[in-house]
Amino acid sequence: MLVTRLKRLLTASGGAALLLGAPGALAEYGLNLPRGVTPISQEAYDMHMLIFWVCVGIAVLVFGVMFYSIVSHRKSKGAVAAQFHESTTVEILWTIVPFLILVGMAVPATKALVSMEDTSNSDLSIKVTGYQWKWGYEYIDDDISFISSLATPHDQIYNENPKGEHYLLEVDNPLVVPVNKKVRLLVTASDVIHSWWVPQLGMKKDAIPGFINSMWIRVEKEGVYRGQCAELCGKDHGFMPIVVVAKNEADYAQWVAEQKSAASADAAAAEREWSMDELMARGEKVYATSCAACHQANGEGIPGAFPALKGSAIATGPVDKHIDVILNGRSGTAMAAFGAQLSDIDIAAVATYERNAWGNDTGDLVQPSAVKAAR
Amino acid sequence: MSEAHGGYYVPHGTSWPIVGSIGLTTLVVGFANYLNGSQTGLTITLAGFAIVLLMMFGWFGTVIRESEAGYYNEQVDKSFRWGMSWFIFSEVMFFAAFFGALYYARMLSVPWLGGGDVETNQLLWNGWEATWPTNGPGEIGGPFETVGAWGIPAINTLLLLSSGVTVTLAHWALKKNRRGALVMWLLATVALGFTFLGLQMYEYSHAYHELNLTLGTGVYGSTFYMLTGFHGLHVTIGAIMLTIIMLRCIKGHFTPDHHFAFEAVAWYWHFVDVVWLGLFIFVYML
Amino acid sequence: MSTETTHDDHHGPARGLSRWVFTTNHKDIGTLYLLFSLLMFIVGGAMAMVIRAELFQPGLQFVEPQFFNSMTTMHALIMIFGAVMPGFVGLANWLVPMMIGAPDMALPRMNNWSFWILPFAFTMLLSTLFMDGGAPAGGWTMYPPLVMQTGNAFPFLIFSVHLMGISSIMGAINIVVTIVNMRAPGMTLMKMPLFVWTWLITAYLLIAVMPVLAGSVTMLLTDRYFGTSFFDAAGGGDPVMFQHIFWFFGHPEVYIMILPAFGIVSQIIPTFARKRLFGYSSMVYATSSIAFLSFIVWAHHMFTVGMPLTGELFFMYATMMIAVPTGVKVFNWVSTMWKGSMTFETPMLFAVGFVVMFTIGGFSGLMLAITPVDFQYHDTYFVVAHFHYVLVTGAVFSLMAAAYYWMPKWTGNMYDEKLGKLHFWLSTIFVNVLFFPQHFLGLAGMPRRIPDYSTQFTEFNQISSIGGFAFGLTQLLFVYIVYKTIKGGEKATDRVWEGAEGLEWTLSSPPPYHSFTTAPEVK
Ligand code: HEA
Ligand code: HEA
Ligand code: HEC
Ligand code: CUA
Ligand SMILES: [Cu+2]
Repeated sequence: MLVTRLKRLLTASGGAALLLGAPGALAEYGLNLPRGVTPISQEAYDMHMLIFWVCVGIAVLVFGVMFYSIVSHRKSKGAVAAQFHESTTVEILWTIVPFLILVGMAVPATKALVSMEDTSNSDLSIKVTGYQWKWGYEYIDDDISFISSLATPHDQIYNENPKGEHYLLEVDNPLVVPVNKKVRLLVTASDVIHSWWVPQLGMKKDAIPGFINSMWIRVEKEGVYRGQCAELCGKDHGFMPIVVVAKNEADYAQWVAEQKSAASADAAAAEREWSMDELMARGEKVYATSCAACHQANGEGIPGAFPALKGSAIATGPVDKHIDVILNGRSGTAMAAFGAQLSDIDIAAVATYERNAWGNDTGDLVQPSAVKAAR
Repeated sequence: MSEAHGGYYVPHGTSWPIVGSIGLTTLVVGFANYLNGSQTGLTITLAGFAIVLLMMFGWFGTVIRESEAGYYNEQVDKSFRWGMSWFIFSEVMFFAAFFGALYYARMLSVPWLGGGDVETNQLLWNGWEATWPTNGPGEIGGPFETVGAWGIPAINTLLLLSSGVTVTLAHWALKKNRRGALVMWLLATVALGFTFLGLQMYEYSHAYHELNLTLGTGVYGSTFYMLTGFHGLHVTIGAIMLTIIMLRCIKGHFTPDHHFAFEAVAWYWHFVDVVWLGLFIFVYML
Repeated sequence: MSTETTHDDHHGPARGLSRWVFTTNHKDIGTLYLLFSLLMFIVGGAMAMVIRAELFQPGLQFVEPQFFNSMTTMHALIMIFGAVMPGFVGLANWLVPMMIGAPDMALPRMNNWSFWILPFAFTMLLSTLFMDGGAPAGGWTMYPPLVMQTGNAFPFLIFSVHLMGISSIMGAINIVVTIVNMRAPGMTLMKMPLFVWTWLITAYLLIAVMPVLAGSVTMLLTDRYFGTSFFDAAGGGDPVMFQHIFWFFGHPEVYIMILPAFGIVSQIIPTFARKRLFGYSSMVYATSSIAFLSFIVWAHHMFTVGMPLTGELFFMYATMMIAVPTGVKVFNWVSTMWKGSMTFETPMLFAVGFVVMFTIGGFSGLMLAITPVDFQYHDTYFVVAHFHYVLVTGAVFSLMAAAYYWMPKWTGNMYDEKLGKLHFWLSTIFVNVLFFPQHFLGLAGMPRRIPDYSTQFTEFNQISSIGGFAFGLTQLLFVYIVYKTIKGGEKATDRVWEGAEGLEWTLSSPPPYHSFTTAPEVK
C-alpha cells in the first residue's frame, strides 16, 4: 500500500517535471485539461493549448535573454556596465508586437465564445436547480423531475472504510441525456449561488437564485461524465457532485419511459394511507440524504448553526407547524423550502421520522395527504 | 519647494488617534452586538460614539489652536488642501457604489427579471412585467407610491443650490474681511441646510406613513433610501461643520488669506450639493 | 509666522510603549506597519497550513468542512488586508519621505491613526473565530446570498472591513499628499524614484476603490438587517450585482498589491546591475496604463455568471490588453540587466525570482482572460495557482526583496548574507513545489474551496502540501534573520550597496529620527 502510494507519488512528480510531455502515459494523473466529448470542450481545449504554447514561446524568449545576461553579464566575470538606458524604438516595438500577438489570440477566442453562447435550435431543454447541497433536474418537455445527491457514504468520507473508485463523484440519480442532441440546460438555484460544471462537457455556468442562465451541450460519445459544483455554496460545497450519463437514442427513450411510469406510480402511492413502518423506513432515507447534512444523523444539529431536532419544540409540537417549516423553510436562514424538492410522500415520511426518531417518541403519523393539504 | 523641517510643522506625538481607534471599535462592536440581538449593544454603541466625539473635539481643537498660533505655513496649508480634495474624491466613490447599484437594478436586473430573459421570466416569475419604480416580482414590502420630483424634492434642490451661493458669498466676504457679512451669509447657509434636513425628514415620514415607501420596499425602496439617506447624513455633517465654522468666525478666527478650514467645509458643502443634483435627476426625475 | 515651535523640540523618540502608540514619526509608523504585516503573514500562513494539512489526503482528517471554509476565507482576508497591503504601506512610510527629501509624511497625526486602526480591525476579525456559528466562511469575496448565512460573525466581518477601508484610505491620502506636496526642490515628478511613482498610482487606486468596497459591504449589512433587497431577485435586485460592485473594487485591489512590488523591483535591479533603469519614462506610462485598465476589466472574475455576449467580449479584450503594459515592464527589467555588471546579493535574488515567477503568474492570468477557456478554469485550482504566483512569488517576494535591500539602512546593521541566500533558495524551491502542481490540479478538474476531493487528485495535493509546510518553515528563517539584524551585526555604510542611487542612501544608516531637516538639493 505504502509502496504503491510512494510509486504513484514519484511518477506524478516525474510527470510534473516532464510538464505536458507525454500526455498518454500521464493521463491517469490528469495534468492537462481533458479534450472532452462536446464541440465546446474541444474548442476550449484547442484555445487552451494555443495560448499555452504562445506563453511558453514568449517565456523561453524573455527568460532566455535574461538568463543569458545573468550568466554572462556578471561582475565576477569582469563585465562592465554599459551606459544605455532608453530607446523609444524598442519601447514601441515591444508594445506593438505583444499587442499583435494578443489580437492573434483574440480572433479564435471570439469565434469560440460566440458559438458557445449560441443556445438557439436546441432539441431538448432541462432545468437545472442548485440546492444546498444537491442538484434538481426537470425535463421541461417530458414532465420528468428528480433530485440528484451525493451517493458516497459517510464512513468513506470519515476514513472509516476504504474509498471507492468514484469517491465523491457519484450520485443517486444521474442526469441522463441523449447523445448527439443539442441539449439546453437552464440553470438556476433556490438558495445560494452554485455552479454547474462537468469538465468533459466543457461548460460551466453559475446557478443564481432568481435568475436563469442557459448553456448548451452536445455530447458526442456515450458514457458517464463526472463533475462538481464549482461555486462556494457553504459547508458541503465539496460534496455536491454532478454525474451525467449520455445514452444513445433507444436507451434514452427507454429511460424516459421508465421515469414516467415510476412517476405515475408515485402519484398513485401518494393517495393511499401509509403505515408507520413504511413511513419510518422511507423517512430515514430522506432524512439521510436531505437533512442530515445540517441537522446531523443523530438529530442533534450543530450548536450555533443548525438547531437540534431531537427534542425540538417543532418536531415534538403541533404537526402542522412542523410540516410548514419543512415545506416553506425559514426565509433568511439556511433552512430551505423543501416543498419544491421533495414529494408529498417524502415530506410525510421525513416528518414522521423526525417525530419518532432519537427518542422524540410522539407516535404521530403524518400522511402524504396531510402534506398535500398543507401545500 | 519644501522648506523642510524648519518650516514644515511636524507635530509632537499625539494621543487622539488611539482614542479614535478605541472609540470607533467600541462603536462598531456595540452595534454588531446590537444587530446580533444583544440588549446592551446600543448603550455600548453610544459610548463609542461619545468617545469618537471626544476625539474629534480634542483633535480638531488641537489643530485649531495650532492654526491660530500660526504654526502652519503655506506648505502645510497645501497638504491640508490636497488631503481634503482626496477625501472628497473618496466620498464621491462611496456614492458611486450606490449610484452603480441604482443603475444596475434599473437597467439590468429588473428588465432581466421582467421578461428581458424569457426563461427567467416564465419559469421563475410567472410572467411578471418589468416597471420602474418597482419592488420586484416578489412585491417585497407591498404596494407603494413614490415621492414626486416636483414637490419637496424640487424645493430642496432650490434650497441646496441657494446655499451653495450663500456659502460662496460668505467666502467673498471673508476674503474682503467683511466679518459682519461673513457671519450673516454663513448663518443663511446653515439655515438653508437645516431647512433642507427638516423637509427631508418630513418627506421621509410622509413616505413611510402615507405612501408605504420604506427601506424594505424592494429594490426601489432600497436604492431610494440608501442614496437619499447617505446624502442626508452628509448634509447633516456638513451643516454641523458649517455651524462650527460660523462659531469660529464669530470668535474672530481666520484671516482673508489664511482660512483653509473654511474652504474645506465649503468644498464639502459643494460636494454634497452636486450629489444632490445627481439624486434629483436619477432618483426623483428619471 | 512664528518659527520657534514649528516642530518637536526634543529630537529623539520618546521612550517605552508610548513611543509606538503616540508616535507621529514616519519611520516609527513604518516599523509598526512592517512588524504588523509580518505578524499577520504568520497568522494567515498558519491558516494556510491548516488548509494544506486537511488537503494532504482525501477524506476529512483534521477539520470540519465549515471550519475549513472559515480558514480559506480568513486566510485570504488576513493575507491581503493584513499582510501584503500593510507591508507596502510600511515601506511607503519608511521610504517615500527619504526618497523625495522630506522631513516626514505630510499629515503625521493621521498617519498614526491609519496604522492604529489596524490592530483593532484585525482583533475584531480574528475574534469571530470564537463566535456562535464560527468565523466567516463564504470566501473572501463575500458573495451573497451565501455570506448571509454567516452566524454572529456577520456584522463583525462587515465592520472590520469598514475599519480596514478607513485605514487604507487615510494611509493612501497621506502618501499622495506627501508625494505631491513634500518633494525637495528640484525633485520633479519625472525624477522621482519608481517606487515613489508606483505608490502614487497605487494610492490613487486605493482612494478610488476602497470606498466602493465599503459601499458594497454596507449593502450586505442592510440586506441582512434592514430589509433592503439589493441582492435579492424577489425584490428586483440581483446577487450578481454584488459581484460587479465587489470586483470593481477587487480587480484594482490586485494591482494595488502588485504596483508597489513593481516599484521595489525597479529600484533593486538597477542597483545590482550597476546600470540605470532602462526606459524610466515608459515604466511610468506603463504603470499608469495598468492602473487605468484595471478599472475596466473587473468582470473577468465573473465570466460564468451569465453576462451577455458583448459584455464577455469586452471584458476579455480589455483584460488581455493588460499584458501589454505589463510586458513593457518585464522587458525593461530584462534590458536593465542586459550588459550590466551584476552581482547577486539576496535582494537581487529575490528580485530576479520575482521577475521570473511573477511572469509565470501573469501568463496564467492571460490564459484565464480567454473567456471560452475560463469557463473551464474558473473556480478551480488553476486560478488558485495563478493568484498565488502573482501574490506570493510576486507581492510577498518583493516584500522580502525590499526587506533585505533596505534593512541595513533601517537598522544600521547588515543582515547575514549566507542565511539570506539560503532563505531565498529554500523559498524559491518550495514555493514552486507548493504552487506549481496546483496548475495541474486545476486543469484536471479540482474545484477550489473544497475540504475533500476525489482520489485522482491525491498525489499532486500531497506534493503541494509538502511544499507548503516546507515553505512555511522556511519563513521562520526569515523571522530569525530579521531578529538577528535588528539585534546587531556588521555595521552598514551609508550607501550600503555599491550601485545604489537615490536620496535615501545619502542619509546615515540608520537615518536620523527626522529624515531631512533641511531639504536636499536635487540636481
Ligand atoms: C497581485 C495580484 C494579481 C495580479 C498582478 C494579477 C494579474 C492578472 N490576472 Fe489575476 N487574479 C488575482 C490576482 C492577480 N492577478 C487574484 C487574487 C485572483 C482570484 C480572485 C478570487 O477569485 O479569489 C485572480 C483571478 C484572475 C482571473 C479570474 C479567474 C477566474 O476566477 O476564473 C483572471 C481572468 O481573466 C485574471 C487575469 C489576470 C491577468 C490577465 C493579469 C495580468 O495583469 C497579467 C499580465 C502579465 C503578463 C501577461 C506577463 C508578462 C508579460 C509579458 C512577458 C509580455 C508578453 C506577453 C504576452 C503578449 C502574452 N486573474
Ligand atoms: C497575499 C495573499 C496570499 C498569500 C501570501 C498566500 C499564501 C499562501 N496560501 Fe493562499 N490564498 C489567498 C491569498 C494568499 N495566500 C487568497 C486570496 C485565497 C482565496 C481565498 C478564497 O477562496 O476565498 C487563497 C487561498 C488559498 C488556498 C485555496 C483554499 C481553497 O480554495 O480552499 C490554498 C491551498 O493550498 C492556499 C495556500 C497558501 C499557502 C500554503 C500559502 C503560503 O505562502 C503561506 C506561507 C506562510 C506561512 C506558513 C507563515 C509563516 C511561517 C510560520 C508561521 C512558521 C510555522 C510553519 C509551519 C508550522 C509549517 N491559499
Ligand atoms: C442547509 C442546512 C439545512 C438543511 C439541509 C435542512 N435544514 Fe432544517 N434547519 C436549518 C436551519 C439553519 C434551521 C433553523 C432556522 C431558524 O433559525 O429559524 C432549521 C430548522 C428546522 C426545523 C425547525 C427546528 C426548530 O426547532 O426550530 C425543522 C423541523 C427542520 N429544520 C427540518 C428539516 C428537515 C425535515 C430537513 C430535510 C428535509 C432539513 N431541516 C434540512 C438548516 C437546514
Ligand atoms: Cu453548490 Cu458549491
Ligand atoms: Cu482581476
